[in-house]
Amino acid sequence: MDKQENDPKINRRRFLATGARASVLVGIGGVAALLAKKTIAGQTVWQLDPAKCIQCGRCATNCVLTPSAVKCVHVYAMCGYCDLCGGYFKPETKTLTTGAENQLCPTNAIKRKFIEDPFFEYTIDEPLCIGCGKCVKGCGAFGNGSLQLQIRHNICVHCNECSIARNCPADAFSRVPASQPYLFKGFGQEEENTKK
Amino acid sequence: MQRFPKPEFESGYQQPDTLQPGARAGLLAIMDVVVLTITLAFITWLVLKKRSRLGVFLTSVFSLAYFGFYREGCVCSIGAIQNVTLALFDNSYVIPLTVIAFFVIPLIFTLFFGRTFCAGVCPFGAIQDLVSFKPQKLGTRLNAVLGLIPYLYLGLAVLYAATETDFIICRYDPFVGIFRFDASFGMFLFAGILLVSGIFIARPYCRFLCPYGVLLNWISRFSWRHITITPAKCIQCRLCENSCPYDAIDMPVPGKNPEERSITLRKLILICILVPFFAILGGFTASRLHETLAGVNGKVQLARALLEPASETGVPETFEITAFKSSGKPVSQVYYEASVIIRQFYIGSWILGCFLGLVFGIILARRLIITYQADYTPNKGTCFSCTRCVDYCPVTPEEIKP
Repeated sequence: MDKQENDPKINRRRFLATGARASVLVGIGGVAALLAKKTIAGQTVWQLDPAKCIQCGRCATNCVLTPSAVKCVHVYAMCGYCDLCGGYFKPETKTLTTGAENQLCPTNAIKRKFIEDPFFEYTIDEPLCIGCGKCVKGCGAFGNGSLQLQIRHNICVHCNECSIARNCPADAFSRVPASQPYLFKGFGQEEENTKK
Repeated sequence: MQRFPKPEFESGYQQPDTLQPGARAGLLAIMDVVVLTITLAFITWLVLKKRSRLGVFLTSVFSLAYFGFYREGCVCSIGAIQNVTLALFDNSYVIPLTVIAFFVIPLIFTLFFGRTFCAGVCPFGAIQDLVSFKPQKLGTRLNAVLGLIPYLYLGLAVLYAATETDFIICRYDPFVGIFRFDASFGMFLFAGILLVSGIFIARPYCRFLCPYGVLLNWISRFSWRHITITPAKCIQCRLCENSCPYDAIDMPVPGKNPEERSITLRKLILICILVPFFAILGGFTASRLHETLAGVNGKVQLARALLEPASETGVPETFEITAFKSSGKPVSQVYYEASVIIRQFYIGSWILGCFLGLVFGIILARRLIITYQADYTPNKGTCFSCTRCVDYCPVTPEEIKP
């Protein structure tokens, strides 16, 4: 007994410590492997589902980025190219001109361009867009719903927990597969998703 | 809905494509993991081999700049606890490999080399370390009492993450607002209080809040190599006695005269009764609070808001209710989901309470047991490996001695 305790190679304390260390290591490794196995199946990115979105405006203020990584995206395939655009003009606008007093967008981020009578093209100037969703609401209420809020992945910094997601009243944010990072709703969806 | 048909253009107008820029390359994420590993390895070398306080200090400044201000505090190991918890409880939830790496790598380093992650890789520790000018001793009792808070915080964070309610560590993260220059007033105040009190109470977040620190504390106790105050043999000069700003140096305990057998036996019986008693008491107390705890959950809040009689006119309905109405979900489903969550909280709060009671009991028991100790040693659990004490030791390594 004495001899054993003095022998540094067979030291009970050290043996126990090594055993404990090994089991902790196996524990950590096990959890990591379990989670990694799930993850290998596919990387994910944050995205918001326009079908659930109620355009509350929190996207504009809750993103860690200023301006927000959520932008209004124009799904052209769904657009009716209306002269009286519910997403561009404030309700009860008298003259359909590009005057600032007529515009719904607070940052003048939507550009209106004449194509041919009576059609107008609307494009989003994304650096100006703050993701407030006012135009999305307008287009959804009076038009085809071709303006939709989406997280722009070239801007998103992929927070551990999306700070808009935790304040979204409609629970519209979720992680989606990185291979299909955009969620559009409506009739133009397939066409847009297959393009790319 | 298609209210207006797509026009047929005659002017040869080409409809532009909807741009869908892809996710940023994973390269940046991989770089974070690489930087984390290299910084950890470097600081471990500085702590254990070079024993250089200046080196650790400079590394912590780098970490603060890179992980804090450049990467804006995300991904962080502290918050990763919640992702890992949620991924373990929710099968559909998948976490990025980076988050797993940020959770696991510091734990493994700690298992082998002590809490070198805290010394100067974690930006939270680094920012507080920079302001600890006049650290005061708090005394063992106050340290022990305040040291219970991280267990509560960890328990709540795990409970809320497991029930898919919220990531409270991220929501109440005091320093991320500073790293991003976008703190709300409340969080800025919180960070300010921590930093100002940090002048006198070194690293208040790390010691009395950090939930990841709890895990590191446990794991560090098994560490293979750990920083020592003296490079050779302690000569009991007492110079290091007041050197630790975190009260993490264990003083020598003269235990030459072992206490009487009957006293030891009585202590043992007391511990065997008290520890389970506290665990059950804690579980019972927390389970009484489960409905309050569940009140944080969004689905429970929605169900409660729907249960309330229609409020007086003039108060606009909340966005949550608007969203619920537009989703077309039946009310009964909301109630059902909320009842499931409250049930989860009932079980969860029992576990949380038992855990806290157990921790309290064990910490009490630990104070009853006298362990003999000859030298001044850093406490393997609470030591942040900041290497301040090393400079106070007059002993030089034997190999340098002539």
